[in-house]
This record gives sequence, structure tokens and C-alpha cells, in this order.
Amino acid sequence: MSNSTLTLPSLTVRTAAPAARPPAAPRPPRRWQWPLGAVLPLALLALWEILARAGTLPPNLLPAPSKVLATIAGLARTGELWHHLGLTLARVGAGFVLGSAAATALGALTGYAPLARRLLDPLLQGVRNIPSLAWVPLFILWMGIYETSKVVLIAVGVFFPVYLGLMSGVQGVDRKLVEVGRMYRLSGLALVRRVFLPATLPAYLVGLRNGLGLGWMFVVAAEIMGATKGLGFLLVDGQMTGRPQTILAAILLFAVLGRTTDAGLAWLSRRLLRWQDTHGANGNN
Amino acid sequence: MLRIEHVGKQFGPQVVALHDVSLQVAPGEIVALVGASGCGKSTLLRIAAGLETPGTGRVLIDGAPVAGPHPAVGFIFQEPRLLPWLTVCQNVEFGIAGLPAAERTERSAAALARVGLSDFAGTWPRQLSGGMAQRAAIARALVARPGLLLLDEPFSALDPFTKMDLQDHLLDIWADDRPTLVLVTHDLEEALVLADRVVVLRSRPGRVHQTFAVDLPRPRRRTAPDFQAQKQLLLEALGVAA
Ligand SMILES: Nc1ncnc2c1ncn2[C@@H]1O[C@H](COP(=O)(O)OP(=O)(O)OP(=O)(O)O)[C@@H](O)[C@H]1O
Ligand SMILES: [Mg+2]
Repeated sequence: MSNSTLTLPSLTVRTAAPAARPPAAPRPPRRWQWPLGAVLPLALLALWEILARAGTLPPNLLPAPSKVLATIAGLARTGELWHHLGLTLARVGAGFVLGSAAATALGALTGYAPLARRLLDPLLQGVRNIPSLAWVPLFILWMGIYETSKVVLIAVGVFFPVYLGLMSGVQGVDRKLVEVGRMYRLSGLALVRRVFLPATLPAYLVGLRNGLGLGWMFVVAAEIMGATKGLGFLLVDGQMTGRPQTILAAILLFAVLGRTTDAGLAWLSRRLLRWQDTHGANGNN
Repeated sequence: MLRIEHVGKQFGPQVVALHDVSLQVAPGEIVALVGASGCGKSTLLRIAAGLETPGTGRVLIDGAPVAGPHPAVGFIFQEPRLLPWLTVCQNVEFGIAGLPAAERTERSAAALARVGLSDFAGTWPRQLSGGMAQRAAIARALVARPGLLLLDEPFSALDPFTKMDLQDHLLDIWADDRPTLVLVTHDLEEALVLADRVVVLRSRPGRVHQTFAVDLPRPRRRTAPDFQAQKQLLLEALGVAA
């Protein structure tokens, strides 16, 4: 620095300004915390079990939790469980991939190109306002009762949150950052890849998580409307045969699967968005 | 280096941001643009950068008309505008992605060292203070070794100490590579410390009002009587003489 000739009093302050150190280890070791949120559910389960065993709760309507677990164990032993689980997962997976792929293409297009937005968005918003279950009869008529109609229904459910998330994400990209890209003569695909894509990622990932949630909702609808396998079938089967433990087992499995897949996406989001400067960042998610 | 010829720019039917502005900047020269808020300084700089098209007239860089951002031109914005998803080092390398990796690393390391951020190469922009972020932005602009560097109030958001520090940095860099600098500022002392020439703009419509050659020897002392006399002249030209 050539500040030797400046005789302003501020000189001493300037040279004395401490060279800041880089922030220390990014993550301090987090202490294990007693999961407070588990207390209430466990207490309720215990109460439920006690009341069921004491005969206070009618066993043909609300069987004990242990019985529900035994039902799951029984299904696992015969191998039926994996059949049901696998098929439901495959349906959600296929619907999710299909729906989010279509949503990604259309959302990116309408977010990026105002012309496409004016052309397509009103139509899509209109379709979005149709309660999605209203499609069921039509899909069955068009595509039959088997897999196609189910996967398409799930895809429709997944589509809208992903589409909306991505479109608003692309529209919301900071013009100032786009200008930085332009200043370095990026355009077209390079600009999309190096500026739009990362800038949109947070909104897109939220859209994907919402979409996956709806996917799980719609797989239940799809499997209730007619299936001979899958967790949704177990629901109907339990009702038909008067076995509430089967229904509760299916509900429990849905909860576990939904939570697990969402946690997977949440983990992926945290990894991809480490750079984010938000209130929720840095672990307290 | 930079020739602005009869540039005019209108926003909508009402706002005439610039009217018939002409300006020539020689290679290696430092020119400061000053003027009241809204007189079109940013617009002029953005037109020179190719980020905005002139309504009338044209801009030439090295004799060639500007049609979009030019590879030899760097721009430092008022805000750091670091890309939050890239580390400081990756941000600095953003503009030289086409170079071989080894050269990229070498250049970004040098640029970061130059602005005193070597220890922060791997951190995210959110972990930087305002002054540090602006220094990173300066490194990003310098790493591409622009022949012409346009600066739009680059230090205005910084505290006086950091500001003077970075003004010195800028002069050091200029002394080494002699890039042409065109800088917009509201700070008359900054203009007088840095510039060879100060151009005073007037608003409604934005136009060149007066040009001052600053022939004080470098490095310049803010307290020197000549310096203060020049400042007084500038204040008068801006119509705010006290
Ligand atoms: N994109 C735009 N759309 C419409 N009007 C604009 C636009 N950009 C600038 N203007 C107008 O042009 C005029 C000049 O703006 P400019 O930003 O160039 O001023 P400035 O001299 O940089 O002001 P400041 O010192 O406050 O930064 C202003 O009246 C402003 O309202
Ligand atoms: Mg401005």
C-alpha cells in the first residue's frame, strides 16, 4: 500500500485495522439433544396400548399398537409387505419423475420467456384449479384401471407445486446477478447454467418437496380407486374385511415412507444450498 | 480508448436521462464523473459497458462501436454482486472460466492477495463483511485484466477508512497495469484523489456541464491547500458552493 505519504490522522487507524481471520470451523460440534418432540407421541402410544389391553377401546375398531406392529411383521414374513411397499414406491417414483420432469420443462420456459408465460400460464393455472381427484374417472376411462392412469394421476399432483416453484423461482432471479453474467458475456445456455440454475435452486427444491408430498397423497387416491396391490389396497382391504389393524398398518407405513423420502430431499437441499444466507440455514432446520 | 459520441438516452416519454453527451478518455487515464443524483451518471456508464443501448449517438472502444459487453471492459457495481452460491475464489474466477485451470488458480490467487483476501478464498460471500465483499468484487473485475474499468460508486457503501484503503488499492493497481478508469462518485475528495479529469454533469436533461483537469501531483494529500481549492471549484460547478 502506498499510503506512506498520507499524513492524515486516519493513517494509523487504517494500518492498524486488524486483518480479519477467516471464520473458524464452519460447524461447531452439535450437542446431542433429547428429542423433546418424541415425548408426546410415545406417551400417547403407551396410553393407547394400556387402554386397548384393558379392553376400554373396542378391539374391532381401534386395536392396540402392538397388534398393528404384529400385522406389519406378519406381512413382512409372508413377503406380501415388500410387494405392496415396492409397488407403491414404484408408482410414486414414476409419477414423481414424470410430473417433475414436465413441470421443470414448462416452469423453466414460462419463468424465462414472458411470451411463453402469457401463452401457457393462464391455461395451466386454470387446470390447476380443477380438484385433481376430479380427473380420476376420466383417466380411468382413457387409460384403464391399471398402472398408466395411476401414474398419470400422481404426476398431475406432483406437477403443480414443482411448476409453480420453478416458475416463480426463475422470475425472481435477481436482475443484478443476471447483469453480472451478462457483463462476462454469458448468454443463452451458459447464462442459464451458471446464473439462473443455481439462483433458482432454492425455490425449485421447495417445489420438489411439496410435489413429493402431493405425490404421496395422490398415490393413496389412485390405489383406493382400484388396485390389487400396494399400500392403498391394504387400506381398502382392511376396511372390506373389517380388520382395522391392517388399515392402521398401512397408514403407519405411509407415514414412514413419506417422512423418509421427504427427509432424503431435505438432506439433498441442505447439501446443495450450503451457501444460503437465510434464517433457517446453518443446521437449525 | 473510450469515445462517447453524442449519446442520448430517454426512458419513456418524459425522462431524458442523457442528452448529447460526448466524452473521450485516453488510454491509462482516470476520469471521474460527478453530478447530482439522477443526472444520468449510471446510465452513461451502463451504456459505455454495453449493458444498455444508447438512444442516440454511439460509443466506441478502441475504435470499434460497442454492441454489448466488451471483453476488455470490466465493471464494478455499487454493490458487490457476488454470486452467493460460489465461494469467494470461485466468484473471482467467474469471469475467466475459459482459461486453463492452472492459470485460473494462479490469477485468482494473485487478485485475492492484491485485495488482502487470500485467507478467505474458500468462504461463502455471506461470511464476508461489506468492505470485504466489495474487495472481492474488485478482485473479480481485476482478474480478467480489463483495459477499461468502469466503476459505479464502487466505494460509496463503505466506511471512510475502508474507502480510503481501497482508493489506495485502486491507485496501486492502476500504477501497475495502467488500465483506463472511469468512475462515478458522489465523493468529491475521492474524485480529486483519483482522477486526472473530473467531469461535472448536470441533470434534466443529463449533460456535460464542465470538465476539470486535476493537475495535482500524486500521491495527493487531501489536506493540501491546492486540493481544497480544487474541491471548492468543483462545489461551485455543482452549484452547492458554501
Ligand atoms: N431502467 C430505467 N427505467 C426508467 N428510468 C430510468 C431507468 N434507469 C434510469 N432511469 C432514469 O434516468 C435518470 C438517470 O438515472 P441514473 O441512474 O443514470 O442517475 P445517476 O446519475 O446514476 O443517479 P445516482 O447518483 O442517484 O445514482 C433518472 O431520472 C432515472 O429515473
Ligand atoms: Mg447511479
